[in-house]
Amino acid sequence: MASRGFSFQMPSVGPSEPISRVMRHVFLDHQSATPVLPEVFEAMRPYFTEYFGNASSLHQHGLRVRDALATSRKQMAGLIQADNPDDIFFTSDGTESSNLAIKGVAYANERKGRHLVVSATEHPSVMNSVEFLEKQGWTCTRVGVTPAGLIKLDELEAAITPQTVLVAVHHVNHDIGAIQPMREVGRLCAAKGVPLYVDCEASAGWLPIDVKDWGAALVSFSAHRFYGPKGAGVLYRNRKARIVSILHGGVQEGGRRAGTENVPAIVGGGVAAAIAADRLQARIAHTGVLQKRLWDGLSSRIPYIQLNGPLPGPDRITTNLNLSTEFIEGEGQLLLCDLNGIAVASGSSCVSKSLKISHVLGAIGLDHALAQGNIIMTLGEANTVEDVDYVVETFATIVKKLRGMSPMWDEFERGVIDSVIAPTGRGKSFSAHAAEVSGKPAH
Amino acid sequence: MSDTYTLYNPTVMDHFMNPRNMGDLKDADGVGEVGAAACGDIMKISLRIKDGRIEDARFKTFGCGSAIASSSMATELIKGRTIEEALSFSNEEVVDALGGLPPVKIHCSVLAEEALKAALEDYVKRHPEAAKAVAAQPVSA
Repeated sequence: MASRGFSFQMPSVGPSEPISRVMRHVFLDHQSATPVLPEVFEAMRPYFTEYFGNASSLHQHGLRVRDALATSRKQMAGLIQADNPDDIFFTSDGTESSNLAIKGVAYANERKGRHLVVSATEHPSVMNSVEFLEKQGWTCTRVGVTPAGLIKLDELEAAITPQTVLVAVHHVNHDIGAIQPMREVGRLCAAKGVPLYVDCEASAGWLPIDVKDWGAALVSFSAHRFYGPKGAGVLYRNRKARIVSILHGGVQEGGRRAGTENVPAIVGGGVAAAIAADRLQARIAHTGVLQKRLWDGLSSRIPYIQLNGPLPGPDRITTNLNLSTEFIEGEGQLLLCDLNGIAVASGSSCVSKSLKISHVLGAIGLDHALAQGNIIMTLGEANTVEDVDYVVETFATIVKKLRGMSPMWDEFERGVIDSVIAPTGRGKSFSAHAAEVSGKPAH
Repeated sequence: MSDTYTLYNPTVMDHFMNPRNMGDLKDADGVGEVGAAACGDIMKISLRIKDGRIEDARFKTFGCGSAIASSSMATELIKGRTIEEALSFSNEEVVDALGGLPPVKIHCSVLAEEALKAALEDYVKRHPEAAKAVAAQPVSA
C-alpha cells in the first residue's frame, strides 16, 4: 500500500456541479463556533490599537486594561452566578481550562490521594488529561452513563474513595446534548467532601448555570460558544479548592495561569457573557421551537432515522440534535450538506483522524453502524423556521441519494440485513454482516 | 463567504458528487463485497466479463466521500481490462487518478482494490475454466 502526500487544492471554480451559487447558508454547528456579535466586536476593537497595554504593566496603559479585565471578570462571574469575580481565571480556551482543572487539582492534592472520578462521556480535553495523569501514576474511574447519556448516580457514588481528589462531570454533553443532573451530582460530592469540576463548555450561554446551587469547586467555559471571540476561556475556581498552575511563568491571574492575557478576547468575551445572561431565556425559547420543528420534520420525512441522547425536553439542551441515519455513513452526509450550504458535524469514524467513532457514542452503547451514520446539528440564535424547513427537505434528499449508493440499503430491502432502529426480524445485523465481509470480529 | 473550500480536491469531489458506474449489474459474472475493519466502510463491486475482458463494472459503497470516489474511479479504470491486467490492479492507480487522497483516506482506495479482487475471485470460482487461464497469477485479495 502506497502512502501519498496530500496536496490540498483550492478549486477556483467548483467541480462539474456548481457547488457555489448555493441558494441558502444554514449554520448548524454552533457547538464548534458562533459568530462574534457586532456589539462584542465593537467593544473589542479599541483594545487592539488604542488600549494595547499589557495588564501587568504599572503605568496607565497597563492599569486601563487591568480595569477592563476586572469588568470582564464580573461579567463572566455573572453568567454562572459566582459571587466573587476574583474566582474567575482567564485561559486560552475550554481545553486549557479543563487541563488546568484536572491536572492543577491532581498535582495540588497529590499527598491526599491520587484518584480521580470522571463521567465516561466527558470532552476529550478531560479524558485525555486524565489519561496523561494515569501514565504518571494516578488512577481514574470512568463512570458509565445510561443509553440516553445521563450519568449513573449510584455508580458515581460507589466510585468515590477516600483517595479521590476530584470528580469531573460535564453539565451538558458536547455530542448528544444530555443535561446532567448537576444538583444531585453536587450533593453527592459535597456529602463525600470531594471537589466537583463541571465543564460547562456546551451549556454556558444556553442554559442557566449556578455554581453555588451545584456546590461546584471548578467550572469552565469559553466565550466562542456564545457569540464571543475565540481565545477567551474561563476557569472559575472556588477559593476553597486547592489548585496549582500548570503553565509556569509570570504571576498573571493570581499566579494560577502565567502568560500575557488576551485582552481584546477577554473584553469581548465579557460583553458576550453579559448579553448571554440577558438573552438566555429568549435563546432557549427560540432554539427549543426550532429543535422540535427540525426533529419532527426529519423523523417524519426520513425512515430509519433516530435521535441519540435524551428526547427533547428537560434532559436535553435545546440547541442539539444528534442523529443516526441507518444504512449510510456520516461523512458523505456532511459533505452533501455542506455542498447545499448546510454546516453540520459528525461523530462518524470517517471524519475522525483516528478512524474511531466518537467515544460518547460508544459510551451510550450505540450500535457501530448507527454511529457511522452520525450527524450532529447544533442550532443558534440566527437560525430561522425557513432554515429548518430547508434543512429537512435537503437532508431527506441527501439521505435518499446516499441510500441509493449504499449496498447496505439494498441488502436491507432484500432482507439480507436487518434494521437496528426498527427491526423487521428478517436478516442478520448490519454489524454481523460488516464483520463477515471485513473478516474481523464484530465491533 | 467563499463557496470554493472543499474537503477533497476537485477530482475526488467530482467522483463523490457524480459517481460513475454506481449501481448493480443484474447479470454480473462476479461480485465482491468487502469491509474495512478499520473504519467500518463497505464496498461492493460487480463485474460483467466476456472473453476474459471486463466489459462492465458497477459499485455500491457505504462509506465516506473518498470511499465513494475511490470506488467510482476504480470501476472507471478497470473497464476494458483483461482479467490478467485486472489482477495486478493496485490502489495506487486509484490514488493517482484521483489526484491524491489525504493520508488517512488511503485505506479507502485499498478497499476499492480489495472489492475488485474479491469480484474477480468470485468470477474465477464461478468459471473454473477461466481459472486455468490465469493460473499463472494467483488471485490475492
